[in-house]
Amino acid sequence: MSQENVLAVENLVMHFGGIKALNDVTFNIKRGSVSALIGPNGAGKTTVFNCLTGFYKATGGKIILSAGGKETSIIKVLGEPFQMTDFFSPVAFFSRLKYKMFGGSHLVNRAGLSRTFQNIRLFKEMSVVENLLVAQHMRVNRSLIAGILNTKGYRKSEEEALERAFYWLGVVDLVGSANRLAGELSYGQQRRLEIARAMCTNPEIVCLDEPAAGLNPSETEALTKMIRVLRDQHNTTVLLIEHDMGMVMDISDYIVVLDHGEVIAKGGPDEIKNNPKVIAAYLGAEEDEEVTL
Amino acid sequence: MDIVLQQLVNGLTLGSVYGLIAIGYTMVYGIIGMINFAHGDVYMVSSYITAIAIALISALLTFLGFESFLVVIIGTLFLTIVVTGAYGWVIERVAYRPLRNSSRLAVLISAIGMSLILQNYVQLSQGANQQGVPTMLTGALRFHVGDGFVQITYMKVFILIAAFAGMGILTYVIQKTKLGRMCRATQQDRKMASILGIDTDKIISTVFVIGATMAALAGVLITLDYGAFDFYIGFIIGIKAFTAAVLGGIGSLPGAMLGGLILGLSEALFAGLISSDYKDVFSFSLLVLILIIRPSGLLGKPEVEKV
Amino acid sequence: MSQSVGINFKKSSIDALIAGFMALILFGPIVGVVLDGYSFNAEFDKVAWMVLVVIIGRFAMSSFFQTEKGIAMAFRYANSNDGATVLPPGHKSKMVWIIPLVIAIGLLVPFIASKYVLTVVILGLIYVLLGLGLNIVVGLAGLLDLGFVGFYAIGAYGLALGYENLGLGFWSMLPIAALMAAIAGAILGFPVLRMHGDYLAIVTLGFGEIIRLVLTNWASFTHGPNGVSAPMPTFFGLEFTRRSRDGSTFHEFFNIPYDSAYRYMFIYIVLFAVVWAVLFIKHRLVKMPIGRAWEALREDEIACRSLGLNHVLVKLSAFMLGASTGGLAGVFFATYQGFVNPSSFTFFESALILAIVVLGGMGSTLGVVIAAFCLTVLPEMLREFAEYRVLMFGILMVVMMIWKPRGIVRVTRTGFAARKGVVK
Repeated sequence: MSQENVLAVENLVMHFGGIKALNDVTFNIKRGSVSALIGPNGAGKTTVFNCLTGFYKATGGKIILSAGGKETSIIKVLGEPFQMTDFFSPVAFFSRLKYKMFGGSHLVNRAGLSRTFQNIRLFKEMSVVENLLVAQHMRVNRSLIAGILNTKGYRKSEEEALERAFYWLGVVDLVGSANRLAGELSYGQQRRLEIARAMCTNPEIVCLDEPAAGLNPSETEALTKMIRVLRDQHNTTVLLIEHDMGMVMDISDYIVVLDHGEVIAKGGPDEIKNNPKVIAAYLGAEEDEEVTL
Repeated sequence: MDIVLQQLVNGLTLGSVYGLIAIGYTMVYGIIGMINFAHGDVYMVSSYITAIAIALISALLTFLGFESFLVVIIGTLFLTIVVTGAYGWVIERVAYRPLRNSSRLAVLISAIGMSLILQNYVQLSQGANQQGVPTMLTGALRFHVGDGFVQITYMKVFILIAAFAGMGILTYVIQKTKLGRMCRATQQDRKMASILGIDTDKIISTVFVIGATMAALAGVLITLDYGAFDFYIGFIIGIKAFTAAVLGGIGSLPGAMLGGLILGLSEALFAGLISSDYKDVFSFSLLVLILIIRPSGLLGKPEVEKV
Repeated sequence: MSQSVGINFKKSSIDALIAGFMALILFGPIVGVVLDGYSFNAEFDKVAWMVLVVIIGRFAMSSFFQTEKGIAMAFRYANSNDGATVLPPGHKSKMVWIIPLVIAIGLLVPFIASKYVLTVVILGLIYVLLGLGLNIVVGLAGLLDLGFVGFYAIGAYGLALGYENLGLGFWSMLPIAALMAAIAGAILGFPVLRMHGDYLAIVTLGFGEIIRLVLTNWASFTHGPNGVSAPMPTFFGLEFTRRSRDGSTFHEFFNIPYDSAYRYMFIYIVLFAVVWAVLFIKHRLVKMPIGRAWEALREDEIACRSLGLNHVLVKLSAFMLGASTGGLAGVFFATYQGFVNPSSFTFFESALILAIVVLGGMGSTLGVVIAAFCLTVLPEMLREFAEYRVLMFGILMVVMMIWKPRGIVRVTRTGFAARKGVVK
């Protein structure tokens, strides 16, 4: 695996009971790119996302995340069932036991991948700043004693976390709402807060699940700018699922098209626009009515 | 050998009754995703109603001057099922329906509150002492096994027949009738079902009533067999029936029955062969063990998280 | 549809009749026919009263919700937003002076109150401790723990059995009991906390009952239902007894006449200090990363996982901290009673503690303190209604969940002053 790709997906297969949601999906995401995963409804985009972010355990295949100077197998950290060979090799056994007991999707985030959700998941009863502080849980001083005694080191760590939180609030233009409850924000503000929260975990790649859904054109434009800021100023790779083709074609460096659980095309925006398979998948026929690619 | 066989017979009858109560847990969980903590106490109420019905009907028969086991048992079943069903309906209406859109925690706490209300209400009106019913059906079948023998009382035979008949009728209703179809649809997707014109509130009420009637059947059977009960019995039997529901796979109707039978059998064997003081500890440990090893139970489908 | 807001009495009457009919079916057998051996006593007058009350109540309610005021109230209820309030940054409560005042009054109590009042207040404080412990688990982390009494029992029996078998006294058992309860919490919580939250409720319910069963049945170790005596606390090695087998006693050392109230005074003062310490720790915890993580987990577990929080360990930490507070309370209970037996640790106790948390407001410290005193001290004063206690708790839980699920005291959150954002 080269360091050039931050994420490598190989032969990913996902079955739910008897239903094959994903069938042999393979693609790579280049470091520092903005990539998009598109496809008609029911193509399996969200399933791919949930596999990448560790919320579904893929039935087969490999997902390798190269971030933070090491490679992480996302399927492995979720905890795999024991194999016969484990009982002969204590090292393999304990590693598998460790992931079975303490593994889970949180390790994916700690390895450097963060995400947002299609139906926004904020901590609604907590304030906007607190939402961002929770996201920094792994980076602050979590010592109970230090916190209870309010030591200098603890105060410093909290102050840093607040500064970082306000930085990201500035990026998503929410400083004025810092002390409101997250549940009180407007839809567009909630979407932006969720992105800021994902960025607070200091990821190398951030996966956005339909970030422009429900936004008006000017909000979408602001979002596009923001995604560029993430890539250009913070060296963060962005992977998004999106239905707004105008936006996808505008910001993506690389596009993967899914249909019926399979990759039907990958490449740059121009390549995808003219790919007959993609047009067929989207329109079902040659008539071009609503979607102009 | 005869002890084992005897315990198997006892376990089978006990298990069929656990299965009946477990149905209430599993159906309610399936349809609104909550653990109905008050269900054990609904069973407890039904025990009291059984005793009251027997007393009332016996008094009436004595007044009329004849005696009939059949009349007493049918009258008791009818009265208990109707009244307990009414309890199921009212509990849902009062304590759960106003919380349809609240957090899970709120519903659980409300259910605990309902459980306390039922216990204390029965205690206040019927007294804290243990109550009982007269033995109604005597006699037993005896089978010689080696040196000893296995005894199956007619009461146990009656319990088995009645419990399986109850389960059979319920399975028919759920699988074959229009009402059952609406129940299953509501369980699959409540929002969609209501869009298709099903009055989901009514279906949820119906499910509570069905659960209560099954608990009532269990209450009549156990009360007739054991004779004694108090206002606190719903608690332990509730946990056990819930264990049975989890064991079979919560949400699954055949699972509840299977889980009940397995739990009844294993508990009876444990009590007979190892220790009867710790049989409740055994059932509970079984619950924790299932949750660790196979939380979806024997016949349940693994839950797919909606992200 | 007419726009008039006149009351439709026909509708109200029908509602009332239906309710009355249901009440007759429900109350008829259970209240009206009281079992007496295999026969019964009829008490139909009671049923008639109850049905009448239901009919009138339902009629009044149905009519009220047809008036303008009633409609407005129903509307307010349907759209109630009793979420938290975020305080402005740098907010200083005007009520700060109340804390020293309460401490001062609290310290005066043992010297002015009678021995009876003192014992009641000690019991109240023990329940404050229990309420605070459970409040961490239920209120902050959103985990329903119905076996909290199990940890309470571990603390209480820990002191009694630790003294009997190992000769450990009050002071050494205080930390050990907290630790033991926390470990028990970890063993119980670890397998269950990774699952759906509802399972925890029933497993803990079973756990509380199992602890009681084991305490009752393991007679060779716990002396079964007869119970075990527990040691009293000592004041730098001085005992609060009339005579001491070894060493001197408190009254001899200070050369004052013996009074059994000294012991309660001492327990009170230690307990008072511990409660304040726990209050302080809780106050800090909610502002610390771990406290934020608990609340975040209550709000949305999936989002927490996507942010790198290990949901099992975070929940476990809440569960263990809550359990250890319960253990502490148990030690105080044992030494206060001087004796423990299994009947003090029934499900009813768990329900009482839960009622304290529910009434006080989930997550609100002040509310829990007030509720703990209300629910333990009031029943002491109203002895004649003692048998209605559980009924009241049950009704309280249902009504609170429907009416004000967040409790009576509104939760407030700290605000943060805006500052210059810096990254790294």
